[in-house]
Amino acid sequence: MGKALHKVTTAFADGRGLRAAVLVTVALGLVLPIAAGLWQTTRAGLGVLPAIGATELSLRPFVDLIALPGFSSALRLTLVTGLVASALSLVLAVGVCAAMHGRISPRASGRLLTPFLAAPHAAMAIGLVFLLSPSGWIARALAPLAGWDRPPLWASVNDPAGFALILGLMVKEVPFLLLVILSALSQIPLRQHLAAGRSLGYGRGIVWIKVIMPQVWPLIRLPVMVVLAYSLSVVDMALILGPSHPPTLAVLLLRLFTAPDIAMLLLASAGALMQALLVAAAFALLWVLERVGRAIGRWWVRRGGRRSSVEPGLWLATGLAALLFAAGALAMLSLLIWSLAWRWSWPGMLPESWSLRAWSTPGGGWAAALGNTVILAAATTAVSLALAIAWLEGEDRARRARSGWAEALIYLPLLVPQIGFLFGLNVLFLRLGLSGGYLAVIWAQALFVFPYVMIALSDPWRALDPRLARAAGSLGAGPWRRLFTIKLPVLMTPILTAAAIGIAVSVAQYLPTLFMGAGRIATLTTEAVTLSSASDRRVTGVYATLQTVLPFAAYGAAFLIPALVHRNRRALLPGGAT
Amino acid sequence: MTLELQAVAVTPKGGVALFPAISLAVQPGQVATVMGPSGIGKSTLLDAIAGHLAHGFTLSGSIRLDGIDITPLPPEARRVGLMFQDAVLFPHLTVGDNLAFGLVRRIRGWAERRAAVEAALSRAGLCGLYDRDPATLSGGQRSRAALMRTLLAEPRALLLDEPFSKLDATLRADLRTFTFDHIRNRAIPALMVTHDPADAKAAAGPVIDLTTDG
Repeated sequence: MGKALHKVTTAFADGRGLRAAVLVTVALGLVLPIAAGLWQTTRAGLGVLPAIGATELSLRPFVDLIALPGFSSALRLTLVTGLVASALSLVLAVGVCAAMHGRISPRASGRLLTPFLAAPHAAMAIGLVFLLSPSGWIARALAPLAGWDRPPLWASVNDPAGFALILGLMVKEVPFLLLVILSALSQIPLRQHLAAGRSLGYGRGIVWIKVIMPQVWPLIRLPVMVVLAYSLSVVDMALILGPSHPPTLAVLLLRLFTAPDIAMLLLASAGALMQALLVAAAFALLWVLERVGRAIGRWWVRRGGRRSSVEPGLWLATGLAALLFAAGALAMLSLLIWSLAWRWSWPGMLPESWSLRAWSTPGGGWAAALGNTVILAAATTAVSLALAIAWLEGEDRARRARSGWAEALIYLPLLVPQIGFLFGLNVLFLRLGLSGGYLAVIWAQALFVFPYVMIALSDPWRALDPRLARAAGSLGAGPWRRLFTIKLPVLMTPILTAAAIGIAVSVAQYLPTLFMGAGRIATLTTEAVTLSSASDRRVTGVYATLQTVLPFAAYGAAFLIPALVHRNRRALLPGGAT
Repeated sequence: MTLELQAVAVTPKGGVALFPAISLAVQPGQVATVMGPSGIGKSTLLDAIAGHLAHGFTLSGSIRLDGIDITPLPPEARRVGLMFQDAVLFPHLTVGDNLAFGLVRRIRGWAERRAAVEAALSRAGLCGLYDRDPATLSGGQRSRAALMRTLLAEPRALLLDEPFSKLDATLRADLRTFTFDHIRNRAIPALMVTHDPADAKAAAGPVIDLTTDG
């Protein structure tokens, strides 16, 4: 080869600037705020918060926090609700997949899951209150049978054991895990493995446990961790559905953070650290369970037992999941009905008289909240989408796959509990003079919107036929022309879907809006959560309905726009040839 | 215009070269053939020449067009046309706009560009199909449209990646003649990779066989 030999490592010549820009943006915009927030929270948790005159490093806040009445119950409640909701959701989702996969088309299951994924947590929780509470639909339906002439004295929501909270979490988490598992299943040769396993004499359910799940697990581990972190630290759902005396840890911390006595900020920060440690401990538990499960699984596989059948379990899981879905659907419907109700006395199943009164006073607050919500959703989604596209395009130009640390970086904001770093971040924003403004809220929300947008867009982006961009390149199109005239138009459907997910996530944000907006930026979610505790169900219904309609509209647009634009492009329509 | 490969080899990171180093000179209007079973790296060779080599692969040797080494150039500056097994028309554009995407910038003005595309369509027997969705074309029509798109970019060399293997036998013969005629008329060098000996025979140019003797 002699002197003609030269290496062409195009990776560095191409897209270097773009990738550097993305890296700097992610480091400064995403990693730095979380790290700085955790740092500030840690300092305050250890007694150092100069803003309120606390300068002495000590473990005092922890001691005081633990001494608070109800603290240990709050801790126990958090663990029970978070772990039970996550574990049950996972078991149900796996069971439904094993029972239903192949019996329902991917498109149909996508359509079924979308409304449950799109509905914000707070709206779903409010709907469940309307459904489950003693004066709710279920009690009304039972009243004639049981002969009740007044609402029963149930503690069916805000129950001290947290059952309602577990149920609420599951209504949102089972659909999410189903989506994640279905997408993982499309990456493994499922049909062949099922056929091979069953021809060896194993039942459908056993093949799922012994053959399919071990392959699926590595692909869904991170999303399961997201569910776990979320369930252990959820605030809005716990405020609406969870017990209040004592509440879960996250709600207790929110009370402390917003208490009139500013000395409570130190205790709250200590609690926020404990919350973060709790989630870390749950991850460690998951790690141990994975090791144990692997050992037991190996032993079980080697035994080769074929006799046991788990079919009844699969059908039980499917039945329970169907009940959850029915509850979720009724909950969403009840929001709309309450917003339109006028006289609705016990035990009628529908209002006796209807009214648009709750809707007819937009000046009363919902118009402003809707405006704020739309502005924040549009801004955070635009920023997140631009960054996600820049990141993916940078990977394309470098012609290399994503490394493990980059993947972990994307998930980072979803794995650290919000309450663990948002207060610290707000301290920082206050010092920078950002707190209470739109910029601060957009920034804080984008921390959670970006990961979902990025995750949603990554797979379709990588699935794009690389020969399209190569063909364009060989026709003389440079990298930017390839991006704007080929890739983005061809990827219009997944890009709009990612945008819809971004909008749904932004609309649902409670804690970032509350903390960073310093109570001055009211959105549909912050208002709905506030209203849920006391006031008029009709007004609450209006806010929660709007909160649900916004993401639905975004998903609808993501479905309709490509269908219209590509109506004459068979290859780009769902089910089209490649 | 001549396409010269001098001791060209592609090596994956930490591995051994995919195929023995290739040296070859393709004259204008000539179609050279690289034969070999699938999986030996024939397509990777074409990726290397067109400038699309994936990260982790190292290209050694030199690739010259008209005596100028093109290896440092990005794909869009090489002016090396690439034809795939299935046509890879852009699915969001009409058939005509696919061709217009390829058409050189030199031709200016809406009417002139439209006329150039229409002329190319009629040369390919695709008259009146400007506004058609590429997904509705037949396999042969798609391949002809893709060839026209490539030629309108006025490439200085053409690479063909198993271009006829997905077509049925009669169509294959027609399209071979159509493609090779165009290459001869344009007087550009072409390099084809294939596993079909009939392709090599029809190309009637130099043949390099990468089949390793077993």
